[in-house]
Amino acid sequence: MAYSDKVVDHFQHPRNVGSFGTSTDVAKRNDVGVGIVGAPECGDVMQLHIKVNEQGVIEDAKFKCFGCGSAIASSSLATEWLKGKSVDEALTIKNTQIVEELSLPPVKIHCSVLAEDSIRAAIADYRKKNGMVADSATHAATH
Amino acid sequence: MALKLPIYFDHAATTRCDPRVVEAMLPYFSDKFGNSSSRNHKFGWESEDGVELAREQSAALIGANPKEIIFTSGATESNNLAIKGAAEIYAKAPAGQTGRGHIISAIHEHKAVLDPCKRLQREGFEVTFLAPGTDGVITADMVAAAIRPDTILVSIMWANNEIGVINEIPQIGKLCHDKEIVFHTDATQWVGKMPTDVERDHIDLLSWSGHKIYGPKGVGALFVRRRKPRIRLEAIIDGGGHERGMRSGTLNVTGIVGFGKACELCQHEMEHERERLVKFRRKLETELSRRIEVTQVNGHAEKRLPHVTNISFGFVEGESLMMGVKDIACSSGSACTSASLEPSYVLKGLGVGDELAHSSLRLSLGRWTTEEEVDFAIEQIVAAVEHLRLMSPLFDLHKEGIDISKIQWQAH
Ligand SMILES: Cc1ncc(COP(=O)(O)O)c(C=O)c1O
Repeated sequence: MAYSDKVVDHFQHPRNVGSFGTSTDVAKRNDVGVGIVGAPECGDVMQLHIKVNEQGVIEDAKFKCFGCGSAIASSSLATEWLKGKSVDEALTIKNTQIVEELSLPPVKIHCSVLAEDSIRAAIADYRKKNGMVADSATHAATH
Repeated sequence: MALKLPIYFDHAATTRCDPRVVEAMLPYFSDKFGNSSSRNHKFGWESEDGVELAREQSAALIGANPKEIIFTSGATESNNLAIKGAAEIYAKAPAGQTGRGHIISAIHEHKAVLDPCKRLQREGFEVTFLAPGTDGVITADMVAAAIRPDTILVSIMWANNEIGVINEIPQIGKLCHDKEIVFHTDATQWVGKMPTDVERDHIDLLSWSGHKIYGPKGVGALFVRRRKPRIRLEAIIDGGGHERGMRSGTLNVTGIVGFGKACELCQHEMEHERERLVKFRRKLETELSRRIEVTQVNGHAEKRLPHVTNISFGFVEGESLMMGVKDIACSSGSACTSASLEPSYVLKGLGVGDELAHSSLRLSLGRWTTEEEVDFAIEQIVAAVEHLRLMSPLFDLHKEGIDISKIQWQAH
C-alpha cells in the first residue's frame, strides 16, 4: 500500500511531537488537557496534550503516537489544526476532514477516528479539571 | 561499492530467480516447447528429458528417489494434496460420516496447512492444533502426547516462515513411523537451506516450493514415499492422469526445469551459503539487541534457520517501523500489515504479547545479501526506532517506570 505524500511528510517531519510534562506532572496542571486513546495490544495509542489559555483558546498542542504511519500523521495534523482554535471550535474537527486532508484509504479510517477521539478526550480532561461539564463522548484512558 | 537501494531482506516471502535458473529455463519457452506427454516425437522427448532431469535434481536435494517426486504449482498445492489426499485414503469412515479420523497439526502452521485441516474438520475429521512452547518449537513429546488410536495423519512444518524456528522433525518422523501414522511436513522454508534426508528422517510426504529457493514462482513439488511404507493419495485435480495419477494437467515444463536447476544449485551452494547467512543473521541480532534497549528476538535462539530472524522492538509499531526503514524491504507481524487487523497469529501462538507482536520485524537474508547491506540495515533500523521512540507515548511511560501492561487501556 502506498502512502500519500502528506502522510509521508507528517511521518518524516512530525509537527509538535512532545508533551507538557510527564503523566504525573500534567495530571496536576489545570491549563493542560490530556487525551490518551487506543491500546498497545491494538497497535495504536495516541496521546494528545493541549494547553489552553484563560480565554479558552488552545495555545499549544503536542502529541505522541504509537501506531502506523497514518496514525502518526493523523495526530500530527490534529495538533496543527488545534493551535489557535477555541475549545468549542476544536470540538467541530471531524475525522472525515482528517481522512480527506491525508487521503487515508478505508483501512486507515480508524486512525482518523482515534485522532478525533483524542481531541475529545483532551478537551474533556481540561473541562473536568476546571469544573466545567465534561463532554460525554470521552475515551480517555484511566490509570 | 555503492549500495543498490532498496535492500531486499524478505527472502522468506520470495526470492529472485537465479540467473542460472533463468538460463536453464529459456530454451523451454521456445525451441523445446513440446508437451512432455507426447510420446511419439522429438518435441515431446526433449521436454520429457527436461522434466526427468528436474525430477532427479529435486529428488537428490532431499534424498529421495525421482519416482517419489510429484510436481505441483507450489507449496500451497503440495500441502493441499498431501493433507486432503492422505486424509481421504486413510479415513476411518466414508465421506459424509463423522469419526473419519484424527489429524495433528499446529496453530502456527502456514495458512496453506491450517486451511486444508480446517476444511477436513468440517468434513468429519477431528484435528488437534498443537501450541508450540514460548520458543516456538513443536517437539516430538508434544506430538506423542496428542496421538490417539484413531490418529491417521500428522502435519508439522519443518521450519516456520515467520520466525524461522525449526521443529523436531526427525524425532516426529520416527515417532510417526513407529506408530504407523502418515507424516507430512511443509518444508517450504527448510529445503534448499538445510540438508534434508527423507529416508533418515522418516518423512512420508514433504512439500516445497520453487520461488523460495531461487527458482520460479508457480511451481513446487510433493515428495510421496513409495516404499516402507508406500503412501497413497487421493488426487485433487483429476484429468489426464499425469504424475502417477496424483496431479493431472500438462506439466509446466519450463517451470519444472527451473525448479530442478534451482534444487541443484541449492545442493551445491547450501553449505557455503548457510555459513555466510548465519554470520549475517547473528550480526543483525546481536547488534540490534546491543544498540536498542527492550528488543527481543522471537523464537528459539539456536534452533532456527540460517537466514530468518524476527525481532520485536518495544514501544514502536511495526508498520511505522517499516515506513521508517524505507530502504529495507522486509515484513512485520503488525496487524496494520495484514488485511485482518490482527497481529501475527504465529507470534501470538508462541505467547508473544499483542503489543510486542505489533512491534516485530521479520528480516530474511538470501543468496546475494552482502555484509554492507547488513551494516546499512542495522544503522537504518536503529535510526528508525530512535525516531519513533521519540514519538512513542509508551516509551515515555516506560522511562517513567510505569508498567504498560498494568494500565487499563480503553481499547476500540
Ligand atoms: C511455510 C510455507 N508454506 C507454504 C507456502 C506457500 O507456498 P507457495 O507460494 O509456493 O504456494 C509458503 C510461502 O508463502 C510458506 O512459507
